[in-house]
Amino acid sequence: MKKTIRIATLLSLATLPAMAQVASEHPGATSSAGMPQLDFGNPWTIAQVVWMLIIFGGLYYVMARYALPQVESVLEARRARIEGDLESAQAAKQRADAAMADHQAATAKARAEAQAAVGAATQKAQAEAAQRAEALNARLAAQIEAAETQIASARDNAMGALRQVATDTADALVTRLIGRSDSAAVAAAVEHELAARGRA
Amino acid sequence: MAAEGKAIDALSQFELVPFMGALGESVRFSQSNAHMLLAFGLITALMMWGTAKRAIVPGRLQALAESGYEFVHGIVTGQVGDQGKKYFPFVFSIFMFVLFGNMIGLLPYAFTFTSHIAVTFALAALVFVVVTVVALAIHGTHFFSYFFPEGAPKALAPLIIPIEIISYLSRPISLSVRLFANMVAGHVMLKVFATFVVMIGSAAGVLGLIGAVLPMAMNVALVGFEILVAFLQAYVFAILTSIYLHDAVHLH
Repeated sequence: MKKTIRIATLLSLATLPAMAQVASEHPGATSSAGMPQLDFGNPWTIAQVVWMLIIFGGLYYVMARYALPQVESVLEARRARIEGDLESAQAAKQRADAAMADHQAATAKARAEAQAAVGAATQKAQAEAAQRAEALNARLAAQIEAAETQIASARDNAMGALRQVATDTADALVTRLIGRSDSAAVAAAVEHELAARGRA
Repeated sequence: MAAEGKAIDALSQFELVPFMGALGESVRFSQSNAHMLLAFGLITALMMWGTAKRAIVPGRLQALAESGYEFVHGIVTGQVGDQGKKYFPFVFSIFMFVLFGNMIGLLPYAFTFTSHIAVTFALAALVFVVVTVVALAIHGTHFFSYFFPEGAPKALAPLIIPIEIISYLSRPISLSVRLFANMVAGHVMLKVFATFVVMIGSAAGVLGLIGAVLPMAMNVALVGFEILVAFLQAYVFAILTSIYLHDAVHLH
């Protein structure tokens, strides 16, 4: 098609001298009655078309060769830029998602670890506390037992002393009253009396 | 042919006069051709200068150039498909040339080269030749099957083939007359109403001045309408060219 227009341009250029000749023969635009557009006898009407073909050919050439490729490259650059931006945004989003997943996994892991540590510590502390309480109980029990033994021995001692004192006192009383002493009988009586009162 | 007396002279605006006196006279370069050259310059400036900055975020001029590009690109690829890209510069040049011709013609003192049947017919004939050459280049002699639709009864061939040929040959005529008639009608109307403004306004004193407001308002509305027509006719020219190209590429 370009070729067609080039040929048309050449042909029209070739007619230029002829047109100039006609122009010198009929100077000025002539016009008859009616529509000037339908006055095909007027050489200016035809010359107008020839010039138009030249100018339109030039327009086509400039548009096809320079202007439209330039506009297309601008549009293409914008499309590429937008696509690139979208892609990098998508990549950034993927990275952010991955980071977020990592973060969540790390958090979950840390939480599990912390819970395990807390559990272990609690168990350990409980075991220690139980052990300590047991030891304390044992010590206290031993102490109580010792104290009880001590008390029992002290009471036994005290009870032994009481019998001695009671026997001696009773013997002394009996001796003062009757002037003689029967230690064996007194001791038996005291024993009997103590047994009766539950103090033996 | 200038308006003498009371006669309404709506047609002298279409007369061709030499551009720049003797220089234009010597090469038969009329004011119509000068306006074509202006359109060429404006289109080139818009497309080249508009996108020269290659901005990612376009300015006004670049947005205009880009939307012009994408508008016509949409028409061509929409009608012809992906094979249409080869013909895009041609349709784009046609569209812009007609659009700027129509629009420049609406400016005061300007000449409308699309109001000349010779010009519009030459453009339409160019479209016709290009379309036919494209069809022959793609389909060879198979192109002639276009004139007899597949599946039509053979008996009707003597009827169908002449009709198809006539309708094919009448394309450049309808294409050119449509644009030419629209532009002429619009400009004649503008001229007639403008003449009314002057005639009524100078006729009856104060009353005349008041009466002249009506055709004046009419002209204002007409200019707005003509802007629509200017765009619409360029669009019609481009889309019909695309439809013809579709037929040439796909044969129905």
